[in-house]
Amino acid sequence: MINHIETIYLTIVLAPLVGALLAGLLGNAIGRAGAHWVTIIGVGISTILSMLVYKHHIIDGAPDYNQAVYTWLSSGGIDFQIGFLIDPLSVTMMVVVSFVSWMIHIYTIGYMRDDPGYQRFFSYISLFTFAMLMLVMANNFLQLFFGWEAVGLVSYLLIGFWFKKESAIFANLKAFLVNRVGDFGFLLGIAAILMYFNSLDYVEVFNNVEQHKDTTITILSGQSWSVMTVICLSLFIGAMGKSAQVPLHVWLPDSMEGPTPISALIHAATMVTAGIFMVSRMSPLFELSVTTLNLILVVGSITALFMGFLGLVQNDIKRVIAYSTLSQLGYMTVALGASAYAAAMFHLFTHAFFKALLFLAAGAVIIMMHHEQDMRKMGGLFKYMPITCLTCFIGSLALIGFPGTSGFFSKDLIIEAVHHSSLPASDFAYYAVLLGVFITALYTFRLFFMTFFGKENMTREVWEKLHEAPAVVTAPLLVLAVPSLLLGLFLIEPLLLGDYFGSAIYVSGEHNVLSKIAAEYQGIVSFITHAFLYPPVYLAFSGLFVAWLCYIKYPSLPGKLVNRIGFIHKVLVNKYGFDDFNQIVFAGGVRKIGYFLSEFGDLKMIDGVLVNGSARSIRIFSNMIRHIQSGYLYHYAFAIIIGLLLLLAIFVHRVGY
Amino acid sequence: MFLDNLPILSMLIWVPILGGIWTLIIGDQQERIVRHFSFFITVVTFLLSAVLYYQFDNSFVGMQFIEEFYWIEAFGIKYHLGVDGIALPLIMLTTFTTVLVVLAAWEVIDENISYYMCAFLVLTGLMNGVFVALDSILFYVFWESMLIPMFLIIGIWGGANRVYATIKFFLYTFLGSVFMLVALLYLYSVAGSFNIQALHEVPLELTAQKLIFIAFFLAFAVKIPMWPVHTWLPDAHVEAPTGGSVILAAIMLKMGGYGFLRFSLPIAPDASLFFANTMIILSLIAIVYIGFVALVQEDMKKLIAYSSISHMGFVTLGFFIPFGIFAATNSTAGAVMGMEGAMMQMISHGFISAALFLCVGVMYERLHSRMIKDYGGVVNSMPCFAAFMMLFAMANSGLPGTSGFVGEFLVILSSFKVSFWIAFTAALTLILGAAYTLWMYKRVIFGEAIREEVSDLKDIDAREGFILFLLASVVLLFGVWPAPIFDVMHVSIQQLIEHISQTKLL
Repeated sequence: MINHIETIYLTIVLAPLVGALLAGLLGNAIGRAGAHWVTIIGVGISTILSMLVYKHHIIDGAPDYNQAVYTWLSSGGIDFQIGFLIDPLSVTMMVVVSFVSWMIHIYTIGYMRDDPGYQRFFSYISLFTFAMLMLVMANNFLQLFFGWEAVGLVSYLLIGFWFKKESAIFANLKAFLVNRVGDFGFLLGIAAILMYFNSLDYVEVFNNVEQHKDTTITILSGQSWSVMTVICLSLFIGAMGKSAQVPLHVWLPDSMEGPTPISALIHAATMVTAGIFMVSRMSPLFELSVTTLNLILVVGSITALFMGFLGLVQNDIKRVIAYSTLSQLGYMTVALGASAYAAAMFHLFTHAFFKALLFLAAGAVIIMMHHEQDMRKMGGLFKYMPITCLTCFIGSLALIGFPGTSGFFSKDLIIEAVHHSSLPASDFAYYAVLLGVFITALYTFRLFFMTFFGKENMTREVWEKLHEAPAVVTAPLLVLAVPSLLLGLFLIEPLLLGDYFGSAIYVSGEHNVLSKIAAEYQGIVSFITHAFLYPPVYLAFSGLFVAWLCYIKYPSLPGKLVNRIGFIHKVLVNKYGFDDFNQIVFAGGVRKIGYFLSEFGDLKMIDGVLVNGSARSIRIFSNMIRHIQSGYLYHYAFAIIIGLLLLLAIFVHRVGY
Repeated sequence: MFLDNLPILSMLIWVPILGGIWTLIIGDQQERIVRHFSFFITVVTFLLSAVLYYQFDNSFVGMQFIEEFYWIEAFGIKYHLGVDGIALPLIMLTTFTTVLVVLAAWEVIDENISYYMCAFLVLTGLMNGVFVALDSILFYVFWESMLIPMFLIIGIWGGANRVYATIKFFLYTFLGSVFMLVALLYLYSVAGSFNIQALHEVPLELTAQKLIFIAFFLAFAVKIPMWPVHTWLPDAHVEAPTGGSVILAAIMLKMGGYGFLRFSLPIAPDASLFFANTMIILSLIAIVYIGFVALVQEDMKKLIAYSSISHMGFVTLGFFIPFGIFAATNSTAGAVMGMEGAMMQMISHGFISAALFLCVGVMYERLHSRMIKDYGGVVNSMPCFAAFMMLFAMANSGLPGTSGFVGEFLVILSSFKVSFWIAFTAALTLILGAAYTLWMYKRVIFGEAIREEVSDLKDIDAREGFILFLLASVVLLFGVWPAPIFDVMHVSIQQLIEHISQTKLL
C-alpha cells in the first residue's frame, strides 16, 4: 500500500469523477440501473480507500503526505501545481465526505425512483463528491479554489435540478451569485498570499508566516493594515459565502428547492462545511490576526443565534433543518473564532452525520407524503414510519446536544471553548451560543412533534397510502444513526487529549482554549456528569419541554403567542428582511446601474455624442465649407487677397518685435 | 524530413487565400464541392499550423521560421515573415477557429456559398499574415485588407441593420489604422527601416513615443476594443452572420491585443509606462462598466459582445500591469504573470466567445430570433445543447477547470502586486460575469418551454454537436492543463518584459 499511495489518492479523487462522467455522458446507454451502479461503485471505492488511508494515517500513524501530481502551469517563476496534502485533517474529511456521500447515493435510488432525470442526478452528486474531495485533499490554494468553485457549480446544478420550477432556477442563480461574492473575497486573499509569500503551496506559506507577522499594507491612504489581517479577512469572506454566515447566508434556505438528497449532501457533510474546513486548514494564518478572530466570533454567534430564531417560524420541514444548519454552522464558526479549530472540526464531523440523517429522514417523510413539505399537514407519522421516526429522534437528540450523543460532545466543547476564550468578542459569543442551545432544542422538537406526533393533518388520499419508506431509504438512515449517536464517544478523547490533528492545526499558546479544557478533563463519564453543572444541558431540556408544551400538550399555545408578539413574528417570517433588501438594493440596483450605463453611457454619450455626433458635426462642417466653394472667380480672388493681407499682418507683427 | 524546409509561414497565408479564390472558380452551382473543398483547405491550414507548433523551438529567443526577401526594394519594404511564442498560439487559434466556421456554415449559408467560403478563406490567410508579418508595411497591408472580407461578410450575409453596422465597423477601424500608418511612416523616417524588430530597438524621445503610442492606441484600442471606442462591436456582432461573429470575436479582437504586444509596448516603452495608469483605468472601466451594460442586454448576441469587451479588459489590464509593477517595485518580478495571463485570456476568450456565438447561432437557425424574451425552457427540447451551453456559460464566468479561469486568475494575482484596488475592481468580474452569463442562461434555457415553437425545437445534430464538442474539449483541456500554451510563450514574453522594462529614451 505504501508504494502505491499516490495511486490510491488519485483513485479516491477520480473514481467519483469517472462515475459522474459515465452516468452523465452515457446515461441513456447504461440506463437507470447502470447509472446508479457506476456512481455508487465509484463513490464506494473512494469511501473504502479513504477508510484504509484513515487507518494508515491515524491509527498506524503514518507521516503526512505532501506531493504534487502535475504542474498546472508555471508563469513568472512560480509553479502552480495540483497535488495532495494528506494529514489527519484531510483524511478525516475524506472519510466523512465520501461516506456520507455514499449513503446519499444509495438513498437516492429510492428517493429519485420516479424522476426522469435519474441518471443526471447521479452524475451530479458524484461530480459533487469529486469536487469536494479535490477541495479537502488539496495541498495548495489553487486547487482549493478549484474545488471551492466546483462545489459551487455542482450545487448550482443540483439546486436547479428541477429546472422547470421557477423557484428552483431562481434559487440556484441566487446561490451561485452569493457564493461568488464570497469567492471574490477568497480570490483576493489568494492574490495577497501569492504577493507576500510567492507561493500558493500550503506548507511553504505556513512555514513563512512568521516573516509577515508585522508586515503592513496600505489600502486606504493613511491607514496601514496588517497583511495577515487583510489575508484572513479576505479568506473569511470566502468562508462566509460557502458556509453561509450572515449576511451571505441568504442562498442556503432557498437552496431547499433542490431534491432532498442534495440538501443532505450540500448542507450536511460537504459544501457548507468547506468554509469551516478552510479556516481550520489556514489556522497558522488566522492565529496571527486577532482582529479577524474577533470578527469571526461575532459573525458566527450572530448566525448561530439569529438563524436559529428563524427555524422557529418555518413550516416547511426542510427549511427548518436548513435554518438549523445555518445556526449550527454559526456554532462551528464561533469555535473557529475562539481558536478551537479542533472543536469546530469535531462539530463539523458529528453534524455531518446527524444533519445528513435529519435531512434524509425529512426526505423519507416528504416522499411518503407525496412531496408535501408543510409540517402543518403532517402529524402522527410515528405509527406509519417507525424506523424513520426513530432515526429522526436520534438525529434530533444529537442536534440538541443530549448528553452522550455525538452532538453533545462537540457542542459542549464549543461552548466551553468560547467560555474560556479571552478575546473581546467572546462574552457576546458565549451568551449567544448559550441561548442558541435553547432555541435549537425548541425548533428541533417542534419539527419532531409536529411531524411524528399530535393530530394527523394529512389528506385522506395521502393517509391511505402511508407506510414505511423502502429499504434503500431506511438503510442509510440506520447506518447514519450509528455515528450520530456514538461518534462523540470515540472522538472526544483523541481530539481533546491525543493531539488528533497533529501539526495540521496550529494554535498559538495564548489562544489555546482547548488545552485549558483538556487540563480539566477527567474521562468521558465525568465529562457527561460535569455537564449537568452547567447551563447548556438545562437549556436544551427546557427547549425540549417548551416544544412539548406547545406542540403536544397545548397545541393552541403557539397561535396565541404569535398574536401576542405579532411584530416579532412578522420580522422572523420575513427573515429579518435580508431577502427583500438584497432583491431591491443589489439585484434591482445592479440592473438600474446597468440600464443607466447602457442607455445613457453607451447609447446617448458614446454613440450619440461621440460617434454619431462626430459624424453629424462633419456633415454640418462640410455643409458650411461647401458654401465657400462657390465657383465664382471673384470669391476666390477675394479670399486670396484676405489671406495675403492676413499673412502680411502676421509677418509685420512678428518682425515688429 | 521533407517538412523541414517548407516555407510554412507563407503556406499558412497563401494556401487559404488561393483556396478561397479557387472556390470562386468552382462556383455556386457545385455547392457540395465548394463546402468540401473549403473544409479541406481549412483542415490543411490547421495541420500546417500543427506542424509549426511541432517544429517550434520553445527555448529559442527571437523569431523562428524566418522568410525574408525584398518586396519593394526602393523603400526597403520586405516580404518578411517570422513567428515567436506570442504569435504562435494566436495562429493556432486562427486555424482552429476557421475549421469550425466552415463547418458551422455547412447547411446554414445557402446563398452565394462560394463567395462566403472565399471570403472566409481569404480572411484566414490575411489573419495569419497579420500574425507572422515582421515588416510593418506588410503588416499594415494584411491588417487593412482584412477589413474587406469582413466588411463583405457582414454586409452581404448580415442581418437587417447590416449597412449601419458595416459602415460603423469600417469607419471605426479604418480611422484607427490610418493613425497607425502615420506612426509607421514617422518611424521609418527615424529608423530608416520598416522592419518591426528594428523599430523595437530605435531610441526615441518621450514626446515622440507618446505620439506614436497614441497613434497605435487608436488602431489597436478600437480593434480590441477598449472602452470608450467599443460601440462598433455590439452592432457589428448583432448584424454579422454566425461565422462572422465567431471570427470577429475569436480572432479579430486579438489583433488589437497582438498589436499592443508587437508595436505599442516594445516601440514606445517609456510612453507605455507614462500611459500605464490611464490604460489600467480604461481596462478596469471596461471590466466593470461593460459588465453592468452586458447585464441588461436583451439581445443574446449583444450580451456576448459586451461580455467580450469586458473580457478583453483583462487583456489590456494584463498588458499594462507590468508597467505598474516596474513602477511599484522597481523589478520585473511578477510582470511576466500578468502578461502571460493576458495572452492566455486572449486564447481562451477565442474558444469561449466562439462557442457562445455558435450556440446563439444554433438557436437562431431554429427560431430566427436572438432576443432573450423569445426563448425560455430550451432545455426541455434541446438537452444536449443545454449541457454544452452550460459548460460555455460557466467558462465565460471564469470557472476554474475551464480555460476562462486561467487568464483572469493570473491577471488578478499579478495586479494585486500593483495595488489592492486594481485587483479588487478586476475581481468584481467574478460576480458580474457570472451574473450576466447565468442570468441569460436561466432565462433562455431553464424553465418551462414558453411557447410551442420552443418545445418543438430539435436538439443539435451531429455536425453541430461535433463543433461544440471540439470547443468543449479545448476549453476543458486548457482549463485543466494550460501548461502547453504557457510553455510556448515563456521565452518570448520574458524577452518582451525585459525589453519594455528598459528605457528607450535618448
